[in-house]
Amino acid sequence: MLCRSSRLKLVCLFGQISTMQSSSGIPSQETLPIPSSLPESLPFTSSQVVPLPFPMAHGTTTLAFMFQGGVLAAADTRSSCSGLVACPASQKILPIHSHLVGTTSGTSADCALWKRILSRELRLYQLRYGRRLSTRGAAKLLSHMLHPFKGTELCVAATLCGWDGGDLFYVCSDGTRLEGSLFSVGSGSPYAYSILDQGVRWGLTVEEATSIAREAVYRATHRDAYSGNFVDVYHVTSKGWTRRTREDLKEDSHSHICCQKKRVP
Amino acid sequence: MLSAQGFGGPGKMKEYHYAGAVENRFSPYAFNGGTVLAVAGEDFAIVASDTRLSEGYSIHSRDSPKCYKLTDTTVIGCSGFHGDCLTLTKIIDARLKMYKHSNNKTMTSGAIAAMLSTILYSRRFFPYYVYNIIGGLDEEGKGAVYSFDPVGSYQRDTYKAGGSASAMLQPLLDNQIGFKNMEGVQHLPLTQEKAVQLVKDVFISAAERDVYTGDALRVCVITKDGINEQTIPLRKD
Repeated sequence: MLCRSSRLKLVCLFGQISTMQSSSGIPSQETLPIPSSLPESLPFTSSQVVPLPFPMAHGTTTLAFMFQGGVLAAADTRSSCSGLVACPASQKILPIHSHLVGTTSGTSADCALWKRILSRELRLYQLRYGRRLSTRGAAKLLSHMLHPFKGTELCVAATLCGWDGGDLFYVCSDGTRLEGSLFSVGSGSPYAYSILDQGVRWGLTVEEATSIAREAVYRATHRDAYSGNFVDVYHVTSKGWTRRTREDLKEDSHSHICCQKKRVP
Repeated sequence: MLSAQGFGGPGKMKEYHYAGAVENRFSPYAFNGGTVLAVAGEDFAIVASDTRLSEGYSIHSRDSPKCYKLTDTTVIGCSGFHGDCLTLTKIIDARLKMYKHSNNKTMTSGAIAAMLSTILYSRRFFPYYVYNIIGGLDEEGKGAVYSFDPVGSYQRDTYKAGGSASAMLQPLLDNQIGFKNMEGVQHLPLTQEKAVQLVKDVFISAAERDVYTGDALRVCVITKDGINEQTIPLRKD
């Protein structure tokens, strides 16, 4: 019921977003000859008929893991558009409410808007039912809201880090919804995974966890061209989320962070 | 208007070599060039754009500025496909009027930015091919710049360049206004006179190296006293 009503609201608010043949005037697939080099697209979506003249913002390193002190989320801040750094100081970890943050990966616009929609739906749920929706419920809600757009060029890969007991969920616009205790998403994730797999244990202190997260993002930005600039670290506990001061990774490349114990601000 | 001969898609020239059977698909987009720039200061904001409207090898107009005044404290710069720029500004004007009639107050710069984000995203699957930058004063009277991508992702900046010469201008602004990668330099706050002079110099440089930028420069300076517009000539070749 909630899904259907939220989809209706989507059509009202956003006008032309629709999975049916839209009235935007693009000729349907039956009338235009499609070159065989284009991938076979679903009969319902007319979105792949118009090739876009500009690239979208993609490429990132985000990670999140659970430990005894709560949930830690970290991300770089580089937003790239096929080779150009569109924004060196973008925010990839977006707070959804006081006890839930989401890391974003994929197209910046999709992630920003869908997080906004999720915040709105969670707030409406809270007002209607008098209690906050769990992280598991929020992940399911996001996954079901994205489902009508499966097969379109929407690209959202988010990890929801919440506290109602400490939860971590990965939701992707292709329909994946996973629960776990460690996730890394994005073009730099293989590099981050190697650091995290080596160092993450349940018994870490907050300082140790923060330094592992920063190290993992730093290593990924060192090797991945599409990640870089700053690192954001968010920590979610029973008291809510707190944010560490943004740190410039250019300084880290001059001092070898792995060999020194740096004071975390 | 789109002339398909000698035009291989928006922003690209057709390659003249034998490539076998080639399909010339109608594209609803065109690239009309132009550069937009916005800088936010302590109590002012500047939005500047060149005035050349081009398509392929032709210049359609030398007097087509890309800054549009929205309210007394907000100016938007739109570059990309001129058809979408016109429609988008019409839609924004209509929404501003609707807001004024419903709420009996003018929209603030931040509110216009948030609204534009949703307007752009409503066309996620057939986007407006427009690179927008909003410049204005926020509720506290400080300068604010909001930069957008064509599908609605936005954030507040201190300075931003958009359009055809953006890749050339943005590094220069990073260095001169953001003092990036400069060692041992005093970070002086930007005065209005220095900012206007910087904008003029930066566009003169852009006109040298970008073919789609030139003819004239329109600078809009937004302060609490209103919006002041100047036009400065640039290279016409």
